[in-house]
This record gives sequence, C-alpha cells and structure tokens, in this order.
Amino acid sequence: MRPGSEAELAELVRVANAPLALRGGGTRGIGAVGPAEVLETGGLAGITLYEPGALTLVVRAGTPLAEVESALAAEGQRLPFEPPDLRGLLGRGGESTIGGVVAANASGPRRVQAGACRDSLIGVRFVDGTGNVIRNGGRVMKNVTGIDLVKLMAGSHGTLGVITEVAFKLLPAPEMQATLALAGLDDGQAVAAMAAALGSPYDVTGAAHLPGRGTFLRLEGFETSVRYRARELARVLGRFGAVAEVDGAVWAELRDVAPFHGMPGDVWRLSVVPSDAPGLVARAGAEAALYDWGGGLVWLRMAPGVDLRARLGVFQGHATRVRGAGPGPAFPPEPAAVAALSAGLRAKFDPKGLFNPGVMVGA
Amino acid sequence: MEMPLPDPAILAKRERIVARLAAVLPEDALITDPAETRAYECDALTAYRCLPMAVVLPRTTEEVAAVMRECHAEGVKVIPRGAGTSLAGGSLPTPDAVILGVARMNGVVETDYANRFIRVQAGRTNLSVTGAVEAEGFFYAPDPSSQLACAIAGNIGMNSGGAHCLKYGVTTNNLLGVTMVTMTGEVVQIGGPYMDAPGLDLLGVICGSEGQLGVVTEAWLRILPKPEGARPVLMGFTSNEVAGACVSDIIKGGLLPVAIEFMDRPCIEATEAFAKAGYPDCEALLIVEVEGSPAEIDEQLARIKAIAARHNPVAYREAETEDQAKRIWLGRKSAFGAMGQMGDYICLDGTIPVSELAFVLRRIGELTESYGLRVANVFHAGDGNMHPLIIFNANQPGDLEKAEALGADILKLCVEVGGCLTGEHGVGVEKRDLMPVQFSDTDMEAQLRVKDVFDPGWLLNPAKVFPLYVTASRRAA
Repeated sequence: MRPGSEAELAELVRVANAPLALRGGGTRGIGAVGPAEVLETGGLAGITLYEPGALTLVVRAGTPLAEVESALAAEGQRLPFEPPDLRGLLGRGGESTIGGVVAANASGPRRVQAGACRDSLIGVRFVDGTGNVIRNGGRVMKNVTGIDLVKLMAGSHGTLGVITEVAFKLLPAPEMQATLALAGLDDGQAVAAMAAALGSPYDVTGAAHLPGRGTFLRLEGFETSVRYRARELARVLGRFGAVAEVDGAVWAELRDVAPFHGMPGDVWRLSVVPSDAPGLVARAGAEAALYDWGGGLVWLRMAPGVDLRARLGVFQGHATRVRGAGPGPAFPPEPAAVAALSAGLRAKFDPKGLFNPGVMVGA
Repeated sequence: MEMPLPDPAILAKRERIVARLAAVLPEDALITDPAETRAYECDALTAYRCLPMAVVLPRTTEEVAAVMRECHAEGVKVIPRGAGTSLAGGSLPTPDAVILGVARMNGVVETDYANRFIRVQAGRTNLSVTGAVEAEGFFYAPDPSSQLACAIAGNIGMNSGGAHCLKYGVTTNNLLGVTMVTMTGEVVQIGGPYMDAPGLDLLGVICGSEGQLGVVTEAWLRILPKPEGARPVLMGFTSNEVAGACVSDIIKGGLLPVAIEFMDRPCIEATEAFAKAGYPDCEALLIVEVEGSPAEIDEQLARIKAIAARHNPVAYREAETEDQAKRIWLGRKSAFGAMGQMGDYICLDGTIPVSELAFVLRRIGELTESYGLRVANVFHAGDGNMHPLIIFNANQPGDLEKAEALGADILKLCVEVGGCLTGEHGVGVEKRDLMPVQFSDTDMEAQLRVKDVFDPGWLLNPAKVFPLYVTASRRAA
C-alpha cells in the first residue's frame, strides 16, 4: 500500500485490522518484522517549508534524504546530525527517506558534537494506530509546550505511528573541514586521545578510531578558525604521537560503516561510556571493531550467531544487533519497569497492534 | 484561573496521611505547620497561592520512593518542586496535595571529565553544576536566567533553556539520563552516562513533562569544555524590522553566535533608567555574542560587522575589554529588575519563527495600545523565543486581569504565525487554558495517553499543563 496523502493514509490505518510493516525506503530497518502488509510512505513527499534565515525545514516523511540534503546544500546549510546510509552494510537497495531517518534516529559521527537526529527534530506529524492525525512540536527551535512526542517518535522504529511530516532545525554548512590523524595507537590510547580532543575547547565534530588504520579528529568552520584550531589541537595531541593532517574521506566511510561492507558476520552497535569501550571490545572477541563518538559508539563485526550480550555481561550502555539473525532480540532487552512503560505507550498509541509487529521487542 | 476543588475524602484523612509520611521520613523532612508550609504556597508565579496539605523534603531517592508509595496508597496528589522558581506556576499546590521538594538532594554523585558527564542529585542548582566542573575547564550549557537559584529537577521538568541555546541547545539536548521515582514508588533508571538511551526515547518524554510523569532524583548531564573566550557586540537600529532583518542575515551568513539578544525601545529606555548601561538611543538593539580564541572572535565579528553595516546601524560597539563586555550585558541582565521598578509585570515566553519578528512586534504594539497597557520586549532573537513584559499595577482592581488578557492575545498571535505558547518556561497553570489554541483535542489526547501510562491514577501534578475540562474525567476516575 502506498497512500498519496496523509488523509488517505489515516483512513487506511483507521480501517486496518491486520499488521502493517511501515516502510520509508526500506534501507535501514533493524530486526525482523513479523508477517505484515507493507505500507510505504513514499507517496508523501516534498518540502513543505524551508526558511534558510530561520534555519528551519519542514518536509514530508517520504521525501528522499538525498533530495533534502541537496536542497539544503544549495543554501549552504545541512542537517546537523550527518545521517548514515546503511544500504551497503545491510546489503539493501532503495532510497533512504527522511521519515525513515527519523524513525531510526539515525545519527552519524557529528552526533558527538551536534547531537542526534532527535536533537535536531523540532516537529512531527504522525498517524497513530487508530487513524488519528497527531501534531506535536512545531517549526520553532524552542518549544516546551506540552509533552514532547517529537522525541518519542524519533527512534520509535515505526512502532508507535506512521510519521507523515517532520521539522528540523538546521546548521550552516562549514566553509571547510580539517582531519587530524594519529597512527599506531592501541584502543585504550586512542580513546584517551579522543577524550583529550573532545575535552579541549577546539570544538571537535568527529572523533573516531579505526584499529589498524588510525585515530581521527575532525574540525569544521571558517577557514582561519579551522587552521588555528587544527594547530592547537595538534599540540594537545602531541603526547600521543605524531599528528598528520589527512583528507576527510574517513568520515563518510565511518558514517556508513563502510569497512564492514561485503564482510561476513553479524554487525552490532554498542552505546557505551567511552572509556569502557576498549575493555568491552576485548571481552566481545570481535573480528573487527570501529570506534565513533570518541568511543561512545562502537561497531562490532562478530562471528555469526554469537550471543554478544552474554559475553559482555552487565555494563553501562546497550548493544543492538544491526545485522544478523540471533540468538536473542536485535534490540536491547529493557529492565522490567522500563519495558512496562514502553509496552504501555505502544498499547496506547497502537491499540490494534498494527505497526511493525516484533520490532524493538521480541526476537 | 481555576483550580479543581480539593478532594474532601483526602482532606478528611489528613491526620492519617501525615502520620504515614511521618513514619517513613526523618522528623525534619516533613512540614505540616502552616507557618512553615507558607513558604511553599507559590513559586515565582506569585499571583496564585495555596497552602499544601504537607511539604516533604527528602534527602535520598529511597525517601522519595517511600513518600510516593504512601501517597499512592492513600490516593494523595503529589506536586514535585525543585527550587520553586517556575514562572508558570508549575509547582503551585492544591490543599489536598503534598509538595515533594527535592532541594535537599543537592550533591554531586560523580564527575567524569574523560567521558564528559556529571551525575548530580536533582535538587542541585543549575549554576552549581557548572561550579562543580569549572576548575577542570568544563561547564553545563543550559543557562536559564534564574540559574543561580533554579534546580536541575525543575530544569528537567520544564526543559529549561537560556540565552545560549542557539548553539548549545536546551536541557533535553544536554541530559543523558535520569533516576526517577514513579508514582507507585518504583525507582527506574532511564538512559545513563552514555550517548543514546536504548528503546523508546522515554528520556525525551520525561524532560519537559512538568512533573507529571515521575519525580527525578538524579541526573546524568553532559558537560562541555569551556570555550577559550567570548565577546559581545552591541548594535542599535532605526526600527524593529531592520534589527529583525539583521538577525536573519547573520544566521544566513553561516554564523552561529552563542547568543543573539533583542531589546526594543521601551525595554532600552527602562533599563537605561535603571541600570545606566549607556545604551544608544534607538528603536531596537541587538547583543550578539560569539565564542572562540581571540583571532576566531575577531574573524566572526568582522563578518557580523559587515552584515550589520548593510542595515545601517545607528550604533555598533564591540567590547574590547572585559569591562566593556560587562557593560554591554549589564542592561540586558538588568531588564527584569528594571521592569520591576516600573510596576508589576507578567513575563511571556512565546516562540515565533524568526522571519515573523517584525510583524509580531508591530502587532504586539497595536494590541498593547488597545488595552491601554505598556509592554517591553526583550528576547532571544536567534531562536525566536520572545519575552514580552507586560507592565501593570497589581493594586488597581482589574489590572491583572487586563494584563493576562493581553498576554493571552500575544500568545495566540505567536501560535498564529507558526510559533508556540512557551519556549522555555513551561505551561504550568499559567498557559494551561491556552493549550487549545495550539493543539487540537486529538493532539492533547495523545499527550494525555503518555501520562496515563506513567501515572494511571493521575496523582502527579494533575491540574497543570492541560485545561481542566480536558483532564476532568481522568482526574475524577
């Protein structure tokens, strides 16, 4: 099914009595949806409002991400959170949509400085499980009116409603970027170097460690400012080894988890306290690891079927299986009290249990 | 402003409720003497006052949980309170409710500079969070103007902002996790010292929920390295329109100042009379602050100066010394005090799209005149968060009501042009009855469902945020 308008979509949901698999471009879904009819949002497309002078964009959910990014680039602006393209990692085709980005709260390396997708999202419209159209937030950056359902919808993976329109605050695109690289650091040294960089006043917008390849720090902004900060940051990092300036290709690769493309095995995503990351990676016995967000995000490539959560035991953070079949659920199990709140919200917003059955919960 | 009638069944068993609370709390954590509960009869929205049944001031999460269990068992309403600085009446009591104040829970639990977070008890004041980390070169970014007094608990409850959120965001963007006690007394951890909480974004829902979902007792907050320096520039313009156009051009120019503050003529005149900051005689002025090293600041200010020049400023002053920077901020920071000298005032908090600035200021002028009142405008222009200050005389019968009616008209205007009722103060009781201006019944119903899940008995701060008619059946159930 591919409704051409929000009203048509709402009516479709209102009368539905069997599960629906919600799909933007189908490029980044995590976990398996149970048997369900596919409901596509691609018919709800187009930019509704773009005000560069107010750093504001309102766009229908089915609009291709590429179209959004090129419209912003034409005005020298961008989405702050650097959304990843996971097609290569997940072996999928299709065209990523902005609604899918929001549903997955998909955020790239700049998340460490500019926040996640949910931090840039300022408004949302969605159709709940009874066919009601609900508005929350708006098109202004500061808005504390009522309960924040905008954040709730971001990262809800299509389990609470069908997102039909989203609004973002934007950032100016920088005049230039510079990437500093350190070679030969072990994981612990790398995380310490990234912590030193992120704890400096030089406004680092990317901090990554690719074992065997190097440790990378990104600076963005006006040219003279970037030049100055690159010089000062190199001084801060001097105690970790020789600092070289390299091109910025690593950021798109890391954003899209390119080093794992075409490689076999399961792929996991760990959200952790950065300084815990090297120990957890060692405990995981992974075939390969990539550190983003200064170590706060770790991508792991594991032998198929390994129960990573069992290996890691109790830690501050959580593990999501982005690629692979089990054992255990793809999304991290929640403590009982939190799971009860989440289940309660799903029951309220989707009382017929229509949307993406099995996603975020179960296997 | 109407509050629900107190529940006679609760009032009738007051002695038993107090005895149950006394049984689970240290002696000094329970206040029932009206001479002492008087201090909790209102928050910073002083126009409305009411004595609560009792006030509890627990020192630990366990004590909070015990209070919640007792209140839940007896069906007693609980009104969470941080430092009581809400301008929206977020912690206004009712006679049948217990005020749960977290002000005594003000410790630092953990600081971690390598991982850039601090874990604090929620009663800690906003400014003292920065105070705890500044020796190591860090700060906590959200800076509401009450930051000397306001508590992190209240900041989380209201999703507080501040002057610097154009660059750093508001509370929700700087909050990593919370320890929260639910109405049944269950202690839950949502999020933690890592960047993305798993599952549904419950943290995002809790932040800004105005104490209606749970009582936050501890929080993990993101701390940031302090910038090398900051410098403000002051510019005066011949009209609000021109100043508004300049704001838009600065943003379009790819600059991201940490603050862009706007003051109109009535505000400039009032603050000059009060603080004598030496502001220029003009229709509108902007204070723009940028951060970085001295060279970076020079570069940004050069760009800003070039943009401002296109708008023919009648004054343009860059701070060259620390003292000059202080003078530029002096008038802005004294604005509320200056208004207090002129009379009583109501501070509004609507947000508008920046592009509507000039139109909205003109309409506010017209509305103000039609009411025969005075309004001064001071606000965060970069993000469109306006603070019109309506001056009135509380001793003159009918003046408060007139000022409130003008305030409602101005907030409706904010919504009409695509904005919202409140940018950083919260709805509380103050803007509760205006919610239908911004939201349909369906939109509100969706928000009520969230409360249904967290607090099915509607005992937590139940008469706030939504119009009473919208919540009546739930509160009665």
